[in-house]
Amino acid sequence: MVKAIQLIVYGLQVGSIYALLATGYTLVYGIIKMINLAHADFMMLGAFVSLFVYTALSGFGSPWWVVAVVIVATMIIVALLGGLVERIAYKPLRNRPTLSSLVAAVGVSMFIQNFLRCIPVVGPVPRAYPSLFTSANITIGGVTISAIQIVVIGVSFVLMLAMQLLVSKTSIGKQMIAASCDKDGSALMGINVNRIISITFCIGSGLAAICGILYSSVYPSIHVYMAATIGNKAFISAVLGGIGNTKGAVLGGLMLGMVEVLLQSFNSSVSYGASFVIMIIILLYKPAGLLGTAETEKV
Amino acid sequence: MKKLIGIMLCTGMILSCVACGSAGAGSGASGSADNVPDEVTIGFAGTLSGENALVGQYQKDAIKVVENELAKNDGCIQIMGKQVKVKFALEDTEAKPDICANVYRKFIDEYKAVAIVGPNESACALAAGPIAQEAEVPNVTIFATNEEVTKVGDYIFRACYLDPFQGKVAAAFAADDLKAKTAAVLFSNADAYSKYLKEAFVEAFEAGGGEVVAIEEYAGADVKDFNAQLVNIASKNPDVLFLPNQVGELPLQIQQARGMGITATFLGGDSWDLTTLVDVAGKDMVEGACYVAPFSSSDTSEAAQAWVKAYNEVAGENPGSHATLAYESMQIVLHALSSIETFDGPSLRDAIAATNMDLPSGNVTMDEGGNPRKNAVILTYKDGAGEYVSTISAE
Amino acid sequence: MKNMKKVIRKEYICFIAIYLLILFLNSQGIINNYLFQVIMLAGINIIMTLSLNLVNGITGLFSLGQAGFMAIGAYISAIITTQLLPVLGLRASDALSAVLFLFAMIIGGIIAAFGGFLIARPTLKVKGDYLAIITLGFGELIRSVIRLIEFVGGPRGMINIPKLTNFTWIFVVVLLVVYTSRNFITSTYGRACLAIRENEIAAEAMGTDARKYKTIAFTYSAFIAGIAGALFAHLLVFISPDNFAYAKSSDLLVYLYTGGVGTITGSVLGGFIMTIMPEFLRFMEDWRLVIYALVLLYTIIFRPYGIAGNREMKFLGIKTYAETEGKLWKKIKQRFKKKGVGKA
Repeated sequence: MVKAIQLIVYGLQVGSIYALLATGYTLVYGIIKMINLAHADFMMLGAFVSLFVYTALSGFGSPWWVVAVVIVATMIIVALLGGLVERIAYKPLRNRPTLSSLVAAVGVSMFIQNFLRCIPVVGPVPRAYPSLFTSANITIGGVTISAIQIVVIGVSFVLMLAMQLLVSKTSIGKQMIAASCDKDGSALMGINVNRIISITFCIGSGLAAICGILYSSVYPSIHVYMAATIGNKAFISAVLGGIGNTKGAVLGGLMLGMVEVLLQSFNSSVSYGASFVIMIIILLYKPAGLLGTAETEKV
Repeated sequence: MKKLIGIMLCTGMILSCVACGSAGAGSGASGSADNVPDEVTIGFAGTLSGENALVGQYQKDAIKVVENELAKNDGCIQIMGKQVKVKFALEDTEAKPDICANVYRKFIDEYKAVAIVGPNESACALAAGPIAQEAEVPNVTIFATNEEVTKVGDYIFRACYLDPFQGKVAAAFAADDLKAKTAAVLFSNADAYSKYLKEAFVEAFEAGGGEVVAIEEYAGADVKDFNAQLVNIASKNPDVLFLPNQVGELPLQIQQARGMGITATFLGGDSWDLTTLVDVAGKDMVEGACYVAPFSSSDTSEAAQAWVKAYNEVAGENPGSHATLAYESMQIVLHALSSIETFDGPSLRDAIAATNMDLPSGNVTMDEGGNPRKNAVILTYKDGAGEYVSTISAE
Repeated sequence: MKNMKKVIRKEYICFIAIYLLILFLNSQGIINNYLFQVIMLAGINIIMTLSLNLVNGITGLFSLGQAGFMAIGAYISAIITTQLLPVLGLRASDALSAVLFLFAMIIGGIIAAFGGFLIARPTLKVKGDYLAIITLGFGELIRSVIRLIEFVGGPRGMINIPKLTNFTWIFVVVLLVVYTSRNFITSTYGRACLAIRENEIAAEAMGTDARKYKTIAFTYSAFIAGIAGALFAHLLVFISPDNFAYAKSSDLLVYLYTGGVGTITGSVLGGFIMTIMPEFLRFMEDWRLVIYALVLLYTIIFRPYGIAGNREMKFLGIKTYAETEGKLWKKIKQRFKKKGVGKA
């Protein structure tokens, strides 16, 4: 029984990271109807950028305000990088069929991973990630939860709530929803669609950066190719919950995390393949995902 | 008109291939007896880039030590009474089997190498071995521990011990020195090294009367979260946790295991002998962990200390197993070269098979399978560096 | 009619000439064994790129899992040859073993095609983006499954596969695949696939059964990938699951798109050039993937039709859209007419 609860806690922790990344995927898809396959690489970028910022500030030790500066600085830098990538690689392809954007995304992902691998500052060797948060453990009734796990789950939920608020209450959020519903209509209404798309990308990349920091805090060994598996799993969570729907992304992420941990504990050999099988099954019966609404395609 | 352009393009492409092909460094061809050239090339297929580039760096330094030793004799060795200059050709395999196969072909066709000092990974050795075997070019693999590697043919040798031996050594150490009654294993089913080492360990440990209480696996190098498997292991409370995994996954496994309250002693194979492990996992985490290795810098024999000193001059630190085995492989080849009677592949092969030298890790002789009879040492991490515990000799 | 016949015959002579030239250069030692191996690998890459072209360029289905089908073909054919060759007491150089090789290749292709069929059926209604991830997942699934099978060596890989591939096999198979792809494209099947690529809903409205043709495209391309896999296995003598990772599929994507997506000429050019190029750029080995990524991005943004430019070699007899409607081509035609030279 205790073991089951322990596994559930692990599942929640793994799942909230997937959920956070999936929210980023969903946001971008909702607006431009394009899956940014390179999203997970921004997460990896976030991990490395925060490593560098932290070492640059290493003279100050690690009180809470250094950690805050690291997080904020990383978010800003990666968000800017995301906007840059969007400007260079995705904007020229907006009027082309989505196949081209997919190929461009594959290209961007390849570029980021291998470029970082080649420059000596980063290199291909895995690096140790400093512990930004305390590593205390809390034991409740035989179940051990470490402080990092609580931080991860907490921060993810806070961010997801913030996204919900952003989308529903602020003006920018409403513009984002409008642009995702009808681009031309919103342009007629005076919304600068290009700017909104760039902002969405920046927000998505910023989310991915935070996700990178959290992920590296839990698994403190980072290297250039770490994003691939995580990216695929986050995408599967987004699809599970219904792409375009932020609540769905969260649900999908948590579900996938739990299922994965439980499967691993029973039989650890096929858990990676199992997540794909799950996605195929869900897509067969509910092609729009669990919380998604089936879109009728207008011709 | 278009057809003409097409034909011209085709011939252009072929000619460019030709141009590329004729630009190859060539030196004495092996195959003709009694025809000793002025210089010979020994190919070195190493991991010079990618995740294990550090290993490649260590081995490059080891080769520099060999070059320094040769420099005392003008960079030459005596082959059949003639002073022959030795050149080393270094190529990168990126630890990928098909690239390694290409590299071997390059050595044989372009560099006309007389011998190849082979890769560190068993997968690469298995892929490229047949090429060397077919071309009758002897190949001494450095760190490929899988059994099948030398079964490819009589031209393939190795400088390191085998996985079954390593597993037995680890199991014997756990049972005798650590007095462990129960053990658990966490291994990767995507990595041949990890899988076969685990099988050897489990077999030997149970044969010695111990009980393996938990065997958990994970799906490869991308896995970061071992909590589910470690929870199972923790509940069985083993004395020893055997982790025969690559250095990319070890730090996370160690940290998560300790974080879960597993107090078992960690045990590992030669993949633990890398400074990256200490850098990423942290000194306190690996403190007290024991592992099997081919060589220890605290070995007091003359050959070992001479090697340690020479390596320190080049690299500024003590040599680890990878550098040592690279050095030993080169020495085996050089020593064999200087004792051949006719200059061709088969006699070089026989000379290597007849090796009987005192190398830094002890006295080495080759058995009929091309495997060396040598000892293994057990090291333990104290304060971030491997400290010698004991030697287990070959049976 | 007579003109047509003349055109076809000239091409055959050209092919035979190239074939003999390469064999001759190899026997003279001008093309050494290493380079010869690279040319053979280029041939296999051409076949794989053609297979990807069928499903990606002609039918518009973004598949990232061709490496999985290649793996199936490779392993199945390797199992057949390694098991049957000793039983029949043959060695690699016997003539009968060539027949066995053909048999193994075709069986490998058929089982890979079956795999393609399996993946096609559930994903017919799935949109482009999802299909990419599903095919990617399929490739990874195949790899994980192969790793678990001890019989084929598991993660260690399969060794001692008889070396049955030689240049003749590869050359002949490349030509066969080129011609069958051309026939596929100009047939009703091909036209249906092109229609589905352009606008699936309109095609369905006009009576094409999108499900049927998508399945056919997937199955056929998986078959070709399986054959390429069989050739690959018997060339390298050693295969392991890591040979068929996602990196291979993304490499194929680069070959296809830089060569020219949607055209056979493009696939051939892309596969050949992008395999040979790294040999010249040995010193940039580390940066090879960065260069691939940049080339891919450049191609997709500025030159979406790649090197071939959406035009086909004349002997194939395919008239692509660009040829029939492109303004540039019309200008060139007019220029020639003006100069009074008969168009060649």
